[in-house]
Amino acid sequence: MDPLLLSRIQFGANISFHILFPTITIALGWLLLYFKWRFNRTGDESWMQAYFFWVKVFALSFALGVVSGITMSFQFGTNWPGFMEKVGNVAGPLLAYEVLTAFFLEAVFLGIMLFGFRRVSNRVHTLATFLVAFGTTMSAFWIIVLNSWMHTPTGYEIRDGVVHATDWMAIIFNPSMPYRLTHMLLASGLTVAFLVAGLSALRYLVGDRSEGMFRALRTGIYLAALLIPVQILVGDLHGLNTLEHQPAKVAAMEGNWETRGNVPLLLFALPDEETRSNHFELSIPNGASLILKHEAEGVVPGLNNFVAEDGTIEHPPVAPVFWAFRIMVGTGMAMLAISWLTAWFLWKRKELPLPLAYLLLPMAFSGWIATLAGWYVTEIGRQPWLVSGVLSTKEALGPVAGGMVLSTLLMYLATYVLLLFAYLFVLTRLTLSAAKSGDNRPEPGVAGETALPVPNANAALQPGE
Amino acid sequence: MNPEPLYPYLPLIFAGIMGLSILVYVILDGFDLGVGILFAVAPTKHRDRMIASIGPFWDANETWLVLAIGVLLVAFPIAHGVILSALYLPVAIMLIGLIARGVAFEFRAKARAQEKWLWNRIFFGGSLVTALAQGYMLGAYVLGLQNTWASFSFGILVAFCLAASYAAIGAAWLIYKCESELQRLAVGWLQKSLVVTVVGMFAISLATPFASPRIFEKWFSVPEIIALLPLPLTTGTLFLFLFWQLRHMPDPEDRYSLVPFVAMTGIMLLGFAGLAYSFYPYVVPDQITIYDAASAPESLLIILIGTLFVLPVIAGYSIFAYRVFGGKATELRYD
Repeated sequence: MDPLLLSRIQFGANISFHILFPTITIALGWLLLYFKWRFNRTGDESWMQAYFFWVKVFALSFALGVVSGITMSFQFGTNWPGFMEKVGNVAGPLLAYEVLTAFFLEAVFLGIMLFGFRRVSNRVHTLATFLVAFGTTMSAFWIIVLNSWMHTPTGYEIRDGVVHATDWMAIIFNPSMPYRLTHMLLASGLTVAFLVAGLSALRYLVGDRSEGMFRALRTGIYLAALLIPVQILVGDLHGLNTLEHQPAKVAAMEGNWETRGNVPLLLFALPDEETRSNHFELSIPNGASLILKHEAEGVVPGLNNFVAEDGTIEHPPVAPVFWAFRIMVGTGMAMLAISWLTAWFLWKRKELPLPLAYLLLPMAFSGWIATLAGWYVTEIGRQPWLVSGVLSTKEALGPVAGGMVLSTLLMYLATYVLLLFAYLFVLTRLTLSAAKSGDNRPEPGVAGETALPVPNANAALQPGE
Repeated sequence: MNPEPLYPYLPLIFAGIMGLSILVYVILDGFDLGVGILFAVAPTKHRDRMIASIGPFWDANETWLVLAIGVLLVAFPIAHGVILSALYLPVAIMLIGLIARGVAFEFRAKARAQEKWLWNRIFFGGSLVTALAQGYMLGAYVLGLQNTWASFSFGILVAFCLAASYAAIGAAWLIYKCESELQRLAVGWLQKSLVVTVVGMFAISLATPFASPRIFEKWFSVPEIIALLPLPLTTGTLFLFLFWQLRHMPDPEDRYSLVPFVAMTGIMLLGFAGLAYSFYPYVVPDQITIYDAASAPESLLIILIGTLFVLPVIAGYSIFAYRVFGGKATELRYD
């Protein structure tokens, strides 16, 4: 067994599993703060009930994010020791600042946010919610800085074969960082928006017509409708940035083999690296040139530019990047269509048509699909480099034997699959039990008279403890 | 200000920060892993309360492991690669354990009554596997990360002893956080697990000097031996004191309920100090020193500045969180 491929699959599997949960918690933290803020302003109990429901989703997602994140910090050493040996002087401080400024903040205040509502003042509880949201965002900031630096490294020099930092501002604000960070934060917002909308649709479909359900549904849909056009714009800007700094990645995304003008936008194709051409192309003429260069004649770099004289391939594997890109964009388009349509119905007709409710169910996890596909584009698109132009993935590999990696890979995969099922199962069940309580609850006006905090105000809101 | 005079001390400072993180981790996550291990003997009716005594803390406690491994990663990158490659399998097993234990908290809280048994087992299994894997790694590290049968068997021995010492500090935590019957049970658990802890510390204390002539020299030459004598003597005294104290517990008025936890912390601190003295200046035993493995001083300085600012803040709000959830553990509620 090839330890390089296995180690890549293992790290890919871990980081794919991991990113699902931060993608939820980054934006959900702020959404919780929004619920809390609305409760503080209005005193309306249904905001607090939304908070108590989503804080459970947050707690579960956070725990899964923490444990899978710890796994990755160890895998740097177990599988990729070359990474820290070569670029540790840059990666180290960035990771250290993530732990120091983000991890402790979120982990410590999480306890107060989850279990402290009755133990601290409302103000401190709101502050704890803010600090957790802030901590998750800081964590995203530092890790995106490091990841972006791996794509577009600046502010360093190489002495005795090891990278040394020369300019920290250049390292932190490296060329791709602002685009990637914005793109990721918006992706998180969209993931949560569709999760909230999708789970609310599930409540709607099983008969829940409570104000709390509509409140969450509207929040999710309007947020999605608001964020998705911004995301499309930012994604486009990020693509232009990639064209400037990592042209080989863009060539793979477009499935373009020859550097030329009038490059079509491929809607479908099967890229073939053997023949270095595409099969079954279905395209819009001049589309790629127009998007990337804003003119039909615009010259777009081709993959054949990135083959060394001796035949060594220096561009990423084409098909995965090409397809992941189409999945991401396609999901984005579906997000746009569905969120705007639903927003229109909610806004004008004050109702949710049944077909749309059914459509929102699978869309609950559309954010996950788009986020994963997007990360595959950018990460596979960086290959064969681990740090562009500085360190190849192959060089960073550790001495562990293939069989050993295979055994741990299978162990991780089994764990992750089980956990993913358990997560989805619990999420569905939490939603259904919230829907049940929404059904049976008295009119919102009556429920509003019960001032919080009152123990056992609503049996369905009790945790399992 | 020219920071260059500081450069030669940076590896030592970072070794200190790493050591502190490991120590804090072993004590803090030690007690909540220990509570998980004690699920093996705890009656079902007490389990919710046991979880409640650690629920608000475990996440932050585990972050100290991330800091420790993070400092190893960022300050001593070469050692990080060597150690983690050598301990590849136990690390993976520990991670699976940590995953199982961490998610069991959350899933258990959302499970129906008839499903709790499953998450109880996963919580127990995850805690035990984590502790065993950490103990095995400690044993393997003490014997110099060799791939021999002796190293393997010693690792197994230390694995069980570390798990027992986690159970001990977990029981001590329960004595502090719980009342009546559960507190009484915890006293018994502490007495039993303490015996295995003594065996473990004794085994490590014997094995460490005999595994390495260098360490033997550091301990058993004059005058070092005289200066070092208080270390084992204090440890022994603490053990004896703790055994004696437990015979008078639980106290009807709940006096001294924090004493066993403090004593256990002291024992772990002393054991850790002994190890630190033995291995200094090596980060990979007898192979790589902290000075060889350290990152560039410019990068370390950047981290140090941040650490000096942030660590006191972290300590501050951690203490605040412990105070918020201070006193006897009560039912955990989201609302």
